[in-house]
Parts: sequence; C-alpha cells; structure tokens
Amino acid sequence: MIEFQNVYKSFEDEMVLSAISFRINRGETKIILGESGSGKSTILKLILGLIRPDSGQIFIDGQDITQLTERELVSIRRNIGMVFQEGALFDSLSVRENVGYRLSEEGRMGESEIDQAVLQLLGFVGLEEAIDKMPADLSGGMKRRVGIARALVGTPKVVLYDEPTAGLDPITKRVIVELMIKLRDLEGVTSVFVTHDLQAASIIATEYASAGTDGGAKIKPGGDSLCLQNINFIMLQDGLICFEGSYQELMNSTLPYIKTFTA
Amino acid sequence: MANSIANALEAPYRFITKAIWEIQSYTLLASRAVANLFTKPIYWREIIFQMDRIGIGSLTIVLLTGFFTGAVLAIQSEGALRRYGAVSMTGQLVSLTLIRELGPVLSALMLAGRIGSGIASELGSMVVSEQINAMRSLGTDPTRRLVTPRMIATIIMLPLLTITCDAMGMLGGWIIAYYKLLISSSQFWSDAMSAMQLSDVVGTLIKPVVFGFIIAMTGCYMGLRTHGGTEGVGRSTTQAVVSSSILVIAADFFLNNLLIYLAPLINT
Repeated sequence: MIEFQNVYKSFEDEMVLSAISFRINRGETKIILGESGSGKSTILKLILGLIRPDSGQIFIDGQDITQLTERELVSIRRNIGMVFQEGALFDSLSVRENVGYRLSEEGRMGESEIDQAVLQLLGFVGLEEAIDKMPADLSGGMKRRVGIARALVGTPKVVLYDEPTAGLDPITKRVIVELMIKLRDLEGVTSVFVTHDLQAASIIATEYASAGTDGGAKIKPGGDSLCLQNINFIMLQDGLICFEGSYQELMNSTLPYIKTFTA
Repeated sequence: MANSIANALEAPYRFITKAIWEIQSYTLLASRAVANLFTKPIYWREIIFQMDRIGIGSLTIVLLTGFFTGAVLAIQSEGALRRYGAVSMTGQLVSLTLIRELGPVLSALMLAGRIGSGIASELGSMVVSEQINAMRSLGTDPTRRLVTPRMIATIIMLPLLTITCDAMGMLGGWIIAYYKLLISSSQFWSDAMSAMQLSDVVGTLIKPVVFGFIIAMTGCYMGLRTHGGTEGVGRSTTQAVVSSSILVIAADFFLNNLLIYLAPLINT
C-alpha cells in the first residue's frame, strides 16, 4: 500500500534520511521510533507529498508519487488523514469549521450535512460540546482530538500520526492512544505512528479494542489478538533504519541505541 | 593558491545563487497567485474579508497621514513661494506634490508597515505551526486560499486609500492656506484643480496598483518562507516591511520615468 524504495532526503546540506526502504501493507500499523531530529516526521511529509525526496521512489497504492504535481497529489491525499503535532488547527476557524474544512472545500455537501458529519466525528473523539469553540479556547489534548476528528473526514484508508502524544499528561495521552487503537481495530485504518514515546507505542502494540455489547468500544490487554500481529516497528538513527521488526523483537534487541529507548 | 581563490569566491557565489533563487521563488509565487484568478475556485468571501481588513482597517492611518502631509506641505511651501511673491500658488504646489508623488508613496509605505507586516506574521505563524501543511494535506492550495485573496484585496484597496489620502492632504493644505496664509478658498481650489493634468490622475491610480501588488506579494512571500519558529516569524515580518518599502520606492522611480515618457500621449 505504501512503499519507500531507497529514499534520500536532505535539508541545506544536512542528510536527514538515507537509503530508507520499507513497506506498509493494508491494515498494518507501522510505528516509527527515534530521537528528535532523526527524520521521523520527514517520512510522514514524504508520504503525503508535502516534500519531495532528493532521490528514490515512494509508492502509494502502486503509484509513484514523487513525480506527481500538487494538483495530482490532491486525489492521493484524499485517502490519507494526518494528525499533526499540536493539532495544527486553523486559528481563525472554529472547531466546527476546522473539522468540516475538507467537506466545505470539496463543496459536494450542504451545510446541514457537513454539520451532521462534523458532529459524528466529534462524537467519536468525545468533543461534541466543543463544536463552537475556537482553537485558542482548547487545551493541548483537546486540540489533538479535534486534529484526529479532522483527519478522519472522508474516512481515509490511512491515518498518519505525527507525535500526537508529545507533551501531554498521562491521562490525556491514554485518551489519544485509545482513540488510535479504536480506529485501528474497529475501523480497520492503516496507521503510521511517529513518536519517541515508547510508552505510548507499547500500549498500541499490546492492547486492542473490541465492540462491547452496549455498542461502545472496550480496550483490552492483547494476548494473541489478531489486531496486534499486524504491528511493526521501525527505529531510525541518524536518518538510517537501524531496526525493523515486531514489538517483541524490539524489546529483546541488544543494539545499544535501542537499549537507550527500551531500558 | 587555487584553494584560496576558491575560498574567496565562495561567499559571493553563494550570495548570487541565493539571490537568483529568491527572485525565482518570488516570481513563481506571484505568477501562481495571478494564474489562480483564471481558474476555480476563487475565494470571494476571503477577498471581501481581506478588503475590509486592509481597506477599512487602514483608513484611519491613511487619513491622518494625508491630512498632516498636506498641511505640512502648505506650511513649508510658504517660505519658498513668498520669496518669489507666489504664495497664491500654494494650492498648485500642494495638489501636484500630493497627487503625483506623496499620496501614492506615503499610502503605500503606511500599508507596507501595517499590512505587509500583518500578512508576513500571519502566514509565518501558520507555517511554523504547520497550518500550511495541514491545509495542503486537506486538499487546499495555500497560494489560492491565502495569497491570491490578499493580492486582489490590496490591489483594489490601495488605489482607493490613495485617493482618500490625496483628498485629505488637499483638505489639510486648504486649512493652512485659508487660515494661516490667508489665501481665499476659490483661489486655492481653482489653482489646485487647474494644475492637474490627466496624466497626474492616471499616475495616482496606476502607482498604487503596482505598489499594492508589491506589498501583498512581499508579505506573502516572506511569510511563506518562514523557518525557525517564533524567532523566524519576527525575522520574516521585519524583512517584509523593509523589502516592500524599498521595492515601493524603487518601483516609484521607474513608474515616474514611465509616466513622464507617456504623459504627452495621455494628455493629448
């Protein structure tokens, strides 16, 4: 579904990504770990076509996106939702306008239909009451949740998370992680999760969501759940992939750099 | 020896390539912003909003600038004109100076300070908080949504503000001429009007269109190339004001030459 082939990227003479190759299959969760400045967020921007690689190819559903124009990339981006660090909500727009932004831009739905879709998405992240608030009135955690709701407009097949738990308290962090688990297990969304927060990554790799009898979702510890067999980790070090494998393999790794994360 | 020559040439080489790159990027952004006018969607609501913000929002400073400039012109001209016994020609001096030169340039410099900096800081903040990337990821072209409306709004509103500035300047000049220099109203206004030619009026309308384009595009360009967090936003804002002010004055020089060249054609 998403494939990087020998991708290089540098900014002003500084190499950020070197010879990056990996593949993400449909329904898979790829967790990209690494310290700040290791090139994790750059990978997400490359997937969305927000920046272009210096060399190498990036395939989305078999199509090489590195040569596409901005206009051609719009149809690719329609199937991908992105949750930015800090939410990246539009300051001048209300929560309603932020979440319904893509629908308003497409112009295919009336105001009442957009409102209905926005309410449904805000319901998913538990923020219906914040619909008329401005981003400046929201807490850090609420901004991320609105950011998740905005990323889910149009039911994208892939959701990219750029450090969605950074700088949050443990309770809010848990709320965000549970939302990600629900999306993965109940909606079947392919996820790419970039973080340096191993604790959040561990929860995603060891817990799963299932629909309860009351219609709500329940988060349970993993065991052998099928949902958890489709999770892969990548560790970046100085722009290079130094590890690729499962959660267990990551935790058992003896590489000194990985040990600094897992210890 | 070869190494030391190469080292000495590196700095100018870097400067020239950076300058060429900046000119290319600026031209590309400007051409995209103009090309967006001929394809859909056009953000009319955003254009109206920006016109209100740029035009109505800047009215007070332009009115005050125009009024006091006209008044100062009348006061300053008295000494020079009295020497030649030509104080009665104050109206002519005030009107020609304001309409040909000071009205368009001062309005543009005021707008460069207020609007150029506002655009650069707003877009710069959107860049550093990843709102521009979010916009692109949601399928919107930021040039179409943010740059083109600001460019159109500034191009439409600056000529209107310039006319207002000219009118207020004439009023300020008249007040000084009437109450301080004791020139009759009819003499002031008839002198002021008779001195003006069609090329002056054309000039006072064409100049602000070019200046408006420069101010909006420089503000947008500086804002969109912001990097380095909040410190970068401050840097972009300063660069936007300085660059657009210099470009306005430089463009004024070339426009004046062009208008002087075209004046006989316009006035016939």
